[in-house]
Amino acid sequence: MIEKTVAELSSALAAGEVSSVELTRAYLARIDQYNASLNAFITVCRDSALAQAEAADEARAGGRRDPLLGIPLAHKDIFCTDGILTTCASKILHNFTAPYDATVVRKLKDAGAVTLGKTNMDEFAMGSSNETSHFGPVRNPWDCERVPGGSSGGSAAAVAADLCAIATGTDTGGSIRQPAAFCNITGFKPSYGRVSRWGMIAFASSLDQAGPLCKSAEDAALMMNVIAGLDDKDSTSIDRPVPDYTATLGDSLAGLRIGIPKQHFAEGLTAEVEQSIRDALAEFEKLGASVTEIDLPNNHLSVSAYYVVAPAEASANLSRFDGVRYGYRCADPVDLEDMYKRTRSEGFGEEVKRRILVGTYALSAGYYDAYYRKAQKIRRLIKQDFNRAFEQVDVIIGPTSPHTPFRLGAKTDPVAMYLEDIYTIAVNLAGLPGISIPAGLPGGLPAGLHIVGRDFDEAKVLNVAHQFQLATDWHRRKPTLVDREN
Amino acid sequence: MALDKSEVEKIAHLARLHLSEGDADEVTRRITDILALIDQMQAVDTGSVEPLAHPLDVVQRLRADAVTETDRRDALQELAPAAEDGLYLVPRVIE
Repeated sequence: MIEKTVAELSSALAAGEVSSVELTRAYLARIDQYNASLNAFITVCRDSALAQAEAADEARAGGRRDPLLGIPLAHKDIFCTDGILTTCASKILHNFTAPYDATVVRKLKDAGAVTLGKTNMDEFAMGSSNETSHFGPVRNPWDCERVPGGSSGGSAAAVAADLCAIATGTDTGGSIRQPAAFCNITGFKPSYGRVSRWGMIAFASSLDQAGPLCKSAEDAALMMNVIAGLDDKDSTSIDRPVPDYTATLGDSLAGLRIGIPKQHFAEGLTAEVEQSIRDALAEFEKLGASVTEIDLPNNHLSVSAYYVVAPAEASANLSRFDGVRYGYRCADPVDLEDMYKRTRSEGFGEEVKRRILVGTYALSAGYYDAYYRKAQKIRRLIKQDFNRAFEQVDVIIGPTSPHTPFRLGAKTDPVAMYLEDIYTIAVNLAGLPGISIPAGLPGGLPAGLHIVGRDFDEAKVLNVAHQFQLATDWHRRKPTLVDREN
Repeated sequence: MALDKSEVEKIAHLARLHLSEGDADEVTRRITDILALIDQMQAVDTGSVEPLAHPLDVVQRLRADAVTETDRRDALQELAPAAEDGLYLVPRVIE
């Protein structure tokens, strides 16, 4: 039962084939068995999960029928969860119990979902391999010697290994889509502003967006129906009606115009991933879509611009961690400056400190125009490239990552790690919706397909992904897990 | 742009980070590498391009100036490393 999609579990719960308490117990047992080897969870909420499951079963007995009622899920440890440890995988928040729920968390709670726990991640979501976590790296369920991707690697590994039915994540430069690709699951980043960022610990405020990591595009639609929408507490959340994302999943792809960026099929893409993507494109043509090459001429500048914008915003956001109001404080500070400096130096990991330094430099007097303003101009060019492309096509498709998951410890150079997100970063700079779905297992390792849509055209992206999943079974393939105890 | 160690130390101070003598060289080298990546954008002429600060072309929404939050001072101060009588405690600032 635990391998099923949310849509299937929802039917099984409605039919009385299983209870939420039974499901919750099954996932908790699975976590007990495999979390030691995967390190996907930082915190497991056993007692509160069972209490929520009991409440869900009672509500169902009383006639309630929400699609996520009683569904066991996990939250990336970047979301504040009332009364539950919320660490952002950092030493500086290792003892922080959030005093409130993020809007995403509250909405899922209100929908009757059960919170199994909080998942591991790159520290402050800064990383593409999950190796920067203060709590140690997450292992890829397909090969424990390989990374699950990042930064939402714990959520991706947990979904892939059936430690939960669905999970939340956040995506600033690819942090939902790349781990989804590496773990053979579905990961969806909505348009910027579609989902509230309130209570999501901020990394880069003009880029961050929350979304689901799940077993199918249909499940992504089910979660989007709950978490999307205006929130007065997030001034950047958009005031637009939220459609029923499941209503258009069944639409035919006949006549769909797919654009493939020539820049995403160039040097750097491995032959094996390219073959998986070409095979998928042939499948889309069978479904009635047409494929044309498009040009995103400024795509190669997206990583450069991103590594100004994201660190600049991060350096401002992370200034709040000062050892005064919550979290870690260094021992025996001699004065206030010593307390700030040692708290931050001891509390933040190497990658987080590097990004704070780069961001501080980019914003410092004399360099603002050369870096921050320049990057914002490049950002405009990147957005214009997409606008032009979407005059000719309905969706843009390519690989999510240039390769299948790499080995733990294989990328020690920060710049090499930054280039991991070469196909995903531009989508965040432009604020567009994007999904990664399973598209093949070359050499037994997952290859992800990336689908990008127009601003706020989440429904189309989910429809295209769902139709592909009706025609293929890559998203149903499961890893063979290794139990460390055995 | 290549940075020297003293510039990195100055930035670290602005960001209230302590750099140990042993770390400064390594950090300088890494940041110089990152700036080389960033500097690829300097090759593009962006003279007439308007900066894009934010993906949405919308204006900031305003709300009524009304109190909506409840007073949770005690609960929030329980999270502090050191608090007393409703105040956050830090090392002495004024002698």
